[in-house]
Amino acid sequence: MTETRFADLPAELQEHYLNMQDDLYDGAKDEVVEATRQALEWGQGPGAILAHGLVAGMDIVGKDFGAGILFVPEVLRAANAMKAAMEILRPLLTETGVPKIGTAVIGTVKGDIHDIGKNLVAMMWEGAGFEVRNLGINVDADKFLAALRETNADILGMSALLTTTMPYMATVIERLTEEGLRDRITVLVGGAPLNPAFAEDIGADHYCKDAAEAVDTARKVMQLRGGARG
Amino acid sequence: MDKLLDFLTRNQNFVLADGAMGTMLHAAGLTSGGAPEEWNVERPDVIKGIHQAYVDAGSQIITANTFGGNRFRLMLHNNESRVRELNLAAARIAREVADTAPREVLVAGDVGPSGEILFPLGTRQPEEVRDAFAEQAAALAEGGVDFFLIETMSALEEVTAAVEGIKSASDLPIAATMTFDTHFRTMMGVKPAQAVNALYDLGIVVMGANCGNGPDEIERIVTDLAAAKPANVYLIAQSNAGLPKWKDKQVYYDGSPEVMADYALKMRALGVNVLGACCGSTPEHIRAMREALGL
Ligand code: B12
Repeated sequence: MTETRFADLPAELQEHYLNMQDDLYDGAKDEVVEATRQALEWGQGPGAILAHGLVAGMDIVGKDFGAGILFVPEVLRAANAMKAAMEILRPLLTETGVPKIGTAVIGTVKGDIHDIGKNLVAMMWEGAGFEVRNLGINVDADKFLAALRETNADILGMSALLTTTMPYMATVIERLTEEGLRDRITVLVGGAPLNPAFAEDIGADHYCKDAAEAVDTARKVMQLRGGARG
Repeated sequence: MDKLLDFLTRNQNFVLADGAMGTMLHAAGLTSGGAPEEWNVERPDVIKGIHQAYVDAGSQIITANTFGGNRFRLMLHNNESRVRELNLAAARIAREVADTAPREVLVAGDVGPSGEILFPLGTRQPEEVRDAFAEQAAALAEGGVDFFLIETMSALEEVTAAVEGIKSASDLPIAATMTFDTHFRTMMGVKPAQAVNALYDLGIVVMGANCGNGPDEIERIVTDLAAAKPANVYLIAQSNAGLPKWKDKQVYYDGSPEVMADYALKMRALGVNVLGACCGSTPEHIRAMREALGL
């Protein structure tokens, strides 16, 4: 899936997307939804709108949150606006035959209720062409395993934001191994208190620091898996 | 006069509270993601031992094991119908330890966040959260706590719901702390001075900061709180014992008892009235703090 690069878009469209990013930043849901519709009317594809409007806007929100310019209420409002726009784009992404590149199961581990980041990753994976089963928060090993079997997933994504819950990821990975699923599934983990060393320590395949990296990594994973299969 | 203020006055406005409960429970074998409150019924001996260790170390306030004891947090463990049972048990265990202590020890009923985001930002109605806190407070009061400690709050809307809920269930005193862990604000963006004003308007006069990113950050936050507070407000500080680190398949906090002893002296100098510690701290940290303070 290759969208036109932002720099190669006509000036009016660039401006439209920049306004859309601003509206997203301000959590102006109605405006973001309207801008999404407008772009569709102008013939923009759902993938392009997602990339240039929503994902690019969310990147700025994420950066400013990290820098202490925005706080959680603003991030939540922006995420809600993105979600509303996604409701419009999701069916189109499926029907315009953005080809399914893989299947992913994602959830926040047991004891943990943080889901803003995890939901962003889920939305972006969807945008990138994955079929995503989002299990929500407080997910235990049984539930992860059942969903992985049901969907015959390629990727398992686990999120944890608490030092008290991140060790639970190791528990889930152990269960995957016990039940003979480990080799079939690529495990991606994320969440603010994690780091690459932790991911390696618990036997995950990849740590991703943000949603953009989560998308890149998941795409690469599928290329590699495709290669291995073919 | 209310029991908490009276206690402070009789102790020259400086008392030592306790340290972490969760850290101690994980050390005792609570699994990652497990429900600490279940141990009030299943392992009361362990809970009692932890309270006793804090009393032995010098704590004058012990905090019942009810941080996640509201129905929303208990729901994560399918325990939402056990609010009364688990809070009552916790309060009674702490009460028993306090009543047999060699000196006066007060029991705080711990009231932690619901974990819900309130409408309009989230979907949960304030009334629902208020009811949940009222339910928890009624059980804590029945179990014999001396006052309520609303802790680790990040949203002013939720503190308001907690204070209103508790007041509807009990006349016992209420103290409250918020956690300023995100660029010296709460994660919802509340600044220390803003918190002081809002809590004071709710009728809270014992208030402060807990948890967070270790003693260095708390120092700056408490400085801000002290500058903003009306004269009749008493300050609480309960810092984490440093910052969490990951080693040998477990999490540990890097603040030693010496670091916390140093923190104790700084907090007293800043005018803190109720001094304790949060995640990562142990009775050993509290003992080092007491010794440094010469209590
Ligand atoms: C918002 C928030 C909350 C909200 C959560 C709302 C919700 N629905 O999610 C509320 C208020 C409910 C909350 C509650 C609590 N919180 Co909180 N919370 C945060 C906060 C401020 C932001 C998290 C967030 O949403 N970030 C924005 C998103 C976009 O970023 P992100 O989550 O990191 O996700 C990105 C990447 O990490 C990555 N990623 C994330 N998941 C995944 C998964 C995969 C598979 C991949 C590939 C990538 C990936 O991509 C994402 C997008 O870029 C953080 C502080 C912080 N700065 O991180 C504290 C924080 C996580 N919370 C903390 C705490 C202590 C709590 C509470 C325990 C407080 C309390 N005392 O009750 C409770 C926990 C309840 C529970 N059992 O889970 C601490 C954790 C400390 C620790 N290290 O253990 C933090 C770090 C604050 C702090 N500095 O002390 N919290």
